[in-house]
Amino acid sequence: MMESGPITGPVVTDGIAGEANLRSADLSGVPAKPSPTAASGGIGGTFWRRFAFRRPLAALILQRLGLSVGLLFAVSLMIFGGIEALPGDFATTYLGQSATPQAVENIRKDLGLDRPWSERYLTWLGGAVQGDFGTSWASKNSVSEQIGNRLGNSLFLAFFAALISVPLAVGLGMLAVQFRNRMPDKIINVISLAAISLPEFFIGYLLIMFFAVQWGVATFPATVYDSMSLGERLSAIALPVATLVLVVLAHMMRMTRAAILNVMSSAYVETAELKGLGTFRIIARHAAPNAVAPVINVIALNLAYLVVGVVVVEVVFVYPGMGQYMVDAVTVRDMPVVQACGLIFAAFYIFLNMAADILAILANPRLRHPR
Amino acid sequence: MSDYKDYLTRQVMLGKMNRREFLGRAAAFGIAASMANTLFATSAAAQEPKRGGHLKLGLEGAAATDSKDPAKALSQFMFVVGRNWGDMLVESHPTTGAPVPALAESWEPSADAATWTFTIRKGVKFHDGKELTVDDVIKTLQRHTDDKSESGALGVMKSIKEIKADGDKLVLTLTEGNADLPLLLTDYHLIIQPNGGIDNPDAMIGTGPYKVASFEPGVRATFEKNPDDWRTDRGYVDSIELIAMNDATARIAALSSGQVHYINRVDPKTVSLLKRAPTVEILNTPGRGHYVFIMHCNTAPFDNNDLRMALKLAMDRETMVQRILGGYGKVGNDFPINDTYALFPEGIEQRVYDPDKAAFHYKKSGHSGSVLLRTSDVAFPGAVDAAVLYQESARKAGIEIEVKREPGDGYWTNVWNVQPFSTSYWGGRPTQDQMYSTAYLSNADWNDTRFHRADFDKILLEARSELDETKRKEMYRTMAMMVRDEGGLILPMFNDFVNAAGKQVKGYVHDIGNDMSNGYVATRVWLDA
Repeated sequence: MMESGPITGPVVTDGIAGEANLRSADLSGVPAKPSPTAASGGIGGTFWRRFAFRRPLAALILQRLGLSVGLLFAVSLMIFGGIEALPGDFATTYLGQSATPQAVENIRKDLGLDRPWSERYLTWLGGAVQGDFGTSWASKNSVSEQIGNRLGNSLFLAFFAALISVPLAVGLGMLAVQFRNRMPDKIINVISLAAISLPEFFIGYLLIMFFAVQWGVATFPATVYDSMSLGERLSAIALPVATLVLVVLAHMMRMTRAAILNVMSSAYVETAELKGLGTFRIIARHAAPNAVAPVINVIALNLAYLVVGVVVVEVVFVYPGMGQYMVDAVTVRDMPVVQACGLIFAAFYIFLNMAADILAILANPRLRHPR
Repeated sequence: MSDYKDYLTRQVMLGKMNRREFLGRAAAFGIAASMANTLFATSAAAQEPKRGGHLKLGLEGAAATDSKDPAKALSQFMFVVGRNWGDMLVESHPTTGAPVPALAESWEPSADAATWTFTIRKGVKFHDGKELTVDDVIKTLQRHTDDKSESGALGVMKSIKEIKADGDKLVLTLTEGNADLPLLLTDYHLIIQPNGGIDNPDAMIGTGPYKVASFEPGVRATFEKNPDDWRTDRGYVDSIELIAMNDATARIAALSSGQVHYINRVDPKTVSLLKRAPTVEILNTPGRGHYVFIMHCNTAPFDNNDLRMALKLAMDRETMVQRILGGYGKVGNDFPINDTYALFPEGIEQRVYDPDKAAFHYKKSGHSGSVLLRTSDVAFPGAVDAAVLYQESARKAGIEIEVKREPGDGYWTNVWNVQPFSTSYWGGRPTQDQMYSTAYLSNADWNDTRFHRADFDKILLEARSELDETKRKEMYRTMAMMVRDEGGLILPMFNDFVNAAGKQVKGYVHDIGNDMSNGYVATRVWLDA
């Protein structure tokens, strides 16, 4: 993996690596290098600078972890503020058109909605830090318990979608490069473009129409529940997984293809070609490792999407995941649930981005010392 | 006539009428004896309920936030869930809407209809084995009338002053006479729970035909037969599964692929497509729900009755029913009552689209410029399309309507009952009195047309305690005319409840009370393999 370092064409790979860094920087809001305050600070700053020099990777991870926690607080504040700004509060929204002033008043008082929002926010935050997300205002159930269930379902779906789509996307991307501008490349391109152009609910409906309604070979709806066996679960999620694979495949596949092609035009690949190595060997041994950073980033984004962005697929397939849970909660302004879901979603994005950055640095050591 | 035939047939089916009685009633209605004989034979044979099987329903309206407490049930899904496991004191008759006994065997009003005595049924057991007592009933009603209650029935129950036992009987004292009290007790929140559900409102223990086996809010609920059910004319299938399906296309796919036996809320736009499936039957039932355009009678420019009349006449009701409801509904007549209510005032002339007359009243009102109508698709399905249709028909009368589309989120808080001209939906109420008291009484919480009329209020209150039906009917007629000709309500259509089922589902009762056979669908149908 490291062999390409010394002979890498500086312009091309730096471009890609730079882009990867920029992406993570954009998402975290702070550049991914030691912050100016820490670097110029007193003794602590010196210690940090030395530590960062000796153990760049550990320093980077620590720094990103710290940032992540800060980011989560910011996110919680934003969610809280956002819901406050929405028209209507829980009491009126929950009771809908059938709200009597008396019932609204009772609910408000019961939930302490008459207290100032800062006070409510801090109370909630105090609980959340200790892992207690409180009870849902609407159903009076423990939020942590319900989320445990729903998150489990979402991860189950995401795991199988990722298990199929990631190797498939990378494999197809490499295949496309090998047969660049020939028939297989074109077919892969057309199909993936078609899949990415169709909205996911439409793909879902198409699959339902053919596999469930017309041919009756697939299970629908994809509702899963506790008493189901693993086999039944797998059969239930077949269609939603297929939909998700089609939706995320093209993005990852095309990024793999573009990144490898980018590297393929560099001088050291030409050298390898002149040495007489086979095309596949060049792609796999020489080009792919250098193209890994942007691909990892795209994969991370898509993995995050598989967990937090699949509301539409969940609705279409009647799958009880996190997305549906949060939408239900937003509709009635069930604050404890919305907050908890928001935080968990944010945590997923932050964690996956961090993992992507770290993996990119492992793959390309020059990124450990950003200029 | 055919309604009556249906009714007789159903009575036979429910085992409430024997052959002799059936023939007598049919003859009285001019049905020939030979035909009546056949009718009895077919209705008795064809409708013989089968027992057993697992019934699956795909229902819209569930959310992860649903509460198990019947007091807080709001969604369509929880409505059916509650009907499966619980019973009320009184039920309403599926075709006449009259109160019929449930956990209350019989009742007796005082002369002024202000004190009611109910005899509570004996030998009924809760799912946990405990026997139903009058004390459970009292505690239940107390829980729903408590000022601190979050019950959805609070509005219905606030006229009850005192709840007490008289030996084995329940005595309710009202703040004023109300001839409709038994019907108010049919409210779906008022499920009788052991000890009123005070200690554990979420237990889902009742006296209904099914016990709750599992419940996951927003996902699924399963039920198994209650072997100790006190009634034999319901609960035909062995087990029930309710699956939450909030996506209309998913429901249709599930039904046409045979994964579920019944779905609710079929979009009128897709009915014709669904009809093509040979295994599917569309079940549409006339209901009391209505789609409305509401004007505030006390806000300019709608404080002018000529302008209100012009806007009423500029509405093309027939087209609305065809285009917005796909024909699954009936035209309205600008008062919130239709013939599914007992004591419906018959013979009121139907208001029709009349651009010339509308133009005449519009000119007389002296109003100029456009009229702003606020709408959103949450007001009722197709509300924005309906507003645009209305804009077109009004334009032909020379009235310019400006349609403003509002965000669905917060529509009920910021637009409905706030802005002077908007679209909305009413679900109907068990009685005329309740419908008028909820939205047309001067001081009603939801007087969304700002209809303030002392003479109307007076008649409404008089009618409430009037036990003479002829007199009452006349009063309701006067009230209907007031709302129709002077109120701020434009009521183009009453919508049918449109549901669908597989052909193996038998015994579906078209209940005028509410959607999905008044929520009783799962307890009333059986599966014909």
